Amino acid sequence: MSAQDVLVLAETRGDALADVTFELLAAGRELARTTGGQVLAVLLGPGGAAYAPALAAADRIIAVDDPRLAEYSPEPFASALREVVEAEQPRAALIAATSIGWDVAPLLAARLDAPLATGCQAIRPDGDGLMATASFCGGKMTAECRVAASPAILMMLPGSYRPTGETGKGELEQRSPAAPLEPGAIAFEQWIYPEAGDVDITQQDVLVAVGRGIQQQDNVELAEELAQALGGAVCASRPVVDQGWLPATRQVGKSGMTVKPKLYLALGVSGAPEHQEGMKDAELIIAVNTDPKAPIFDVAHYGAEVDVLDLMPALGEAIAARKG
Amino acid sequence: MNIVVVVRQVPDLIEPLEIVPSGDALDLDAASFILNESDDHALEQALLLKESGGGSVTVVAIDFGDVDNTLYTAAAKGADRIVKIACDGDTPPAARDSAAVYAEAIKPLRAELVLVGVQAHDELDGGLSPFLAAALELPYVGVIRGVKAGDAPGTVAACKEFPGAVMARMNVKLPAVLGILGADQPPRYVPVSRIRGAMKTTQFEESAATLAAGELLLSVSRLYPPAPATRAEMLSGSEEEIAGRIAEILAEKGLVK
Amino acid sequence: MAATNGHNGAGLLEKLGKLDSGKPPFGCMQCGLCAASCPLGPAMEYPPRKLILQAMAGNLDKLLTSPSLWMCVSCYACSKRCPRGIELAEELWPALRDAAMQAGHQPPAELQETFQNVFKYGNVLGKSPRQRLQWAKDLDVRVLDLSREPRPVDVLWLVGCYPSYYPRNQVVARAFARIMTELGVSWGILGTKEKAVGECDRMFGEEGLFETLVEQNRQMFDEQDFGKIVVLDPHAFRALQSFYPRFDAWYPVQHYTMFLEEYIEQLKPLMVKPVEAVVTYHDNCCVGRRCECYDPPRQLLELIPGVKLVEMSRNRDDSLCCGGGGGGMWLDAHIVANGGRRLSDERVQQAAAAGADTLAVSCPYESSRFEDAAKVTGLEGKLKVRDIIELLAESMDLGERSMA
Repeated sequence: MSAQDVLVLAETRGDALADVTFELLAAGRELARTTGGQVLAVLLGPGGAAYAPALAAADRIIAVDDPRLAEYSPEPFASALREVVEAEQPRAALIAATSIGWDVAPLLAARLDAPLATGCQAIRPDGDGLMATASFCGGKMTAECRVAASPAILMMLPGSYRPTGETGKGELEQRSPAAPLEPGAIAFEQWIYPEAGDVDITQQDVLVAVGRGIQQQDNVELAEELAQALGGAVCASRPVVDQGWLPATRQVGKSGMTVKPKLYLALGVSGAPEHQEGMKDAELIIAVNTDPKAPIFDVAHYGAEVDVLDLMPALGEAIAARKG
Repeated sequence: MNIVVVVRQVPDLIEPLEIVPSGDALDLDAASFILNESDDHALEQALLLKESGGGSVTVVAIDFGDVDNTLYTAAAKGADRIVKIACDGDTPPAARDSAAVYAEAIKPLRAELVLVGVQAHDELDGGLSPFLAAALELPYVGVIRGVKAGDAPGTVAACKEFPGAVMARMNVKLPAVLGILGADQPPRYVPVSRIRGAMKTTQFEESAATLAAGELLLSVSRLYPPAPATRAEMLSGSEEEIAGRIAEILAEKGLVK
Repeated sequence: MAATNGHNGAGLLEKLGKLDSGKPPFGCMQCGLCAASCPLGPAMEYPPRKLILQAMAGNLDKLLTSPSLWMCVSCYACSKRCPRGIELAEELWPALRDAAMQAGHQPPAELQETFQNVFKYGNVLGKSPRQRLQWAKDLDVRVLDLSREPRPVDVLWLVGCYPSYYPRNQVVARAFARIMTELGVSWGILGTKEKAVGECDRMFGEEGLFETLVEQNRQMFDEQDFGKIVVLDPHAFRALQSFYPRFDAWYPVQHYTMFLEEYIEQLKPLMVKPVEAVVTYHDNCCVGRRCECYDPPRQLLELIPGVKLVEMSRNRDDSLCCGGGGGGMWLDAHIVANGGRRLSDERVQQAAAAGADTLAVSCPYESSRFEDAAKVTGLEGKLKVRDIIELLAESMDLGERSMA
């Protein structure tokens, strides 16, 4: 153990490691470079060893197993993590801002009387402390927060780091807690899955949005073909839904869904503030509208002032050409 | 069920946020304040539980910002008791530091269930709810969307939200603290005439709890707004040329598979 | 009448019996003229006639929870035709909506939001009050902000929420400022202190919110020294003319068409540019049918050289509502989901059928509603929508000019 190590709480989603875990490992590697320590990945729950190869970016992989860790509940997870942190005495513990992270990080910080910073986008050393750059106030303000004490519990904002190709020593250790974990007052009962139904646009990586500019219901099909070619789904601004051309489950905006896809292709969408609210955080926004003053161009990364009805078939061909 | 709800005032993001001259804090004099959204959900959840299972709802708030308006609205919606904690000075305490004073105000209320919004956008040092639970020495689980009376007496079933709209139903033995993301239904609307009525009839109780200066584990050294967004890069040419350029951009980002 | 589900039927009927207009709603003879006149009647579970019937029978539960309650767009066609003069749109519907909310029934979410916006920010759009003067940024005429520089003026101009904040309507506000200045009118505004007049809140049933606004506005108006209030919004006109006085808040008020009509002689020589357009005027419901002001808007349009005025087959008191009043501006989705149609779509088609290439309006809701409708009905490019103010300003050559 070293007082300069960086601990990363790995999480699984279904049968695989959650994407955020790889972001955390990248953050951990970067921080460990400056502290001169190792990256420790901690996995809580049964079967942790199976994930060790995927956690190759870490130097040590600590898989903790206990019957109480079979399903998530706050008390056993917080206790198990606390034990590891107290044993390893890392400089920092990086936890993702996930449903589990939002419980475990503060519970850990409270029990250890350790500092906690949330919304972290970047961390750097600052004298003998750490400086975390954190986003808050709905993304409208950034704070530089100095954290002196160890361990610094840092909740990382998803999307702040890109997974790294770096590898560490990848040594696996399997452990059990020193004493059997207490169940606590809160127990997992069962998973509840959403009803099967229409497409969940909030879960799509690619969205092709149609607005009034598509003019007629028949043209929605063109958008659907494009969406399919890109592996995504069609969504709509409110007026299109009002017209009944698409169901309400496809509506994006203040009175619809908020989406953050990798691609938001806005076709004939004017981008009124009510609509922008639902999609402005998409990673890549490309907007097509004949009106150069359409507000969508204030949030889009790329724009084109052409008729969507002409562009859609041309774009379909261009994409097919790239694939073929 | 004896339920306590904590409601907080947060800076209204509709106004541009301003920073004090020293650069290390928000200028709260320049800000206007509104009820923290997830606390509104926590209140709604409390009212729903009371309506279905009986009991009482007590709302606790630090006296800051436009809190009176929020508290009269809570009373109009059906809260039974309103407890105000005095706030000395111009700034309310940060989330973690305030946990102790809320705990002090809540302990005498003998709550079976404490509901707090799981996040407030002005928090930097973690949410209030888990630290409040720690200060009250009560169990905690957060990111909860929906709470119902449990099968066994003295329990509730809380749905913890995971990605993909998947929920984990958690059985919670009371007393406990829950960090609320959403209630079983959206916060109810109460007509303004009811709020005006509440202004005439509601008595606030003053809590004896006082804020003690805590050790600052986190210090903000600088605040700044993120870099401003720029307008779209406009593509020009014929439809085919533009389509080609868009396809190129998509391919570069790995979106053409 | 027995109390059911917590509604005190007797209490509501008593209240309805004492409606402000002083006329009992139950002189109704069930003739059905109201339902037949109602543009959304066919889609309502309880069109006006049936609504009264149910109210009289004490079946309030059904009424207060029916989606019909939130489908009235306050077009006043019903009360215009009612042989008994029952104030259906103006009194009965808001009273029922108020009763529904008092009983704990939730209004449609979109309306809830507008109430909260007005309550918190003083405007329906939920925008920051500090941004209320954005419409006047870099305006080439002087804007007197009476909240900062109080002084006597002839006209206190209440700009309105949409003209202050909504881009499509901001150009109309700017044009009106220029026209008044060109006419040498002594005018001022309340700047960032201006709040919604509250007509829509009253019509939506938020009586408490309306009262709050009357109190706040009265206080502000009484601090000022002005001859009359001028508004761009017909709804605001109606509220200031008829509802505010019930709270003892009396102010002389004109809709801008009435105001400018008094300046027709001065305007004539200022119409220097022809505007070649075949124009049809859409009579809005508040200033038109409700207040029977049909001629001033037409007289203003006739001033403009090059304008050929044509009439739609449904005009004046028979005009078809755009669907924006009574909450309609926010309830299109609710109305369509309940089998109603978008009235603005039908109306633009009527405008095109009349042979017009320009649809002239005088209500802030209408510009965007009709432009959206034109896009959806394939009339974009064939039918322009312009506020009368915009047409006047174009002819007066008072177009957009920067300060530079």
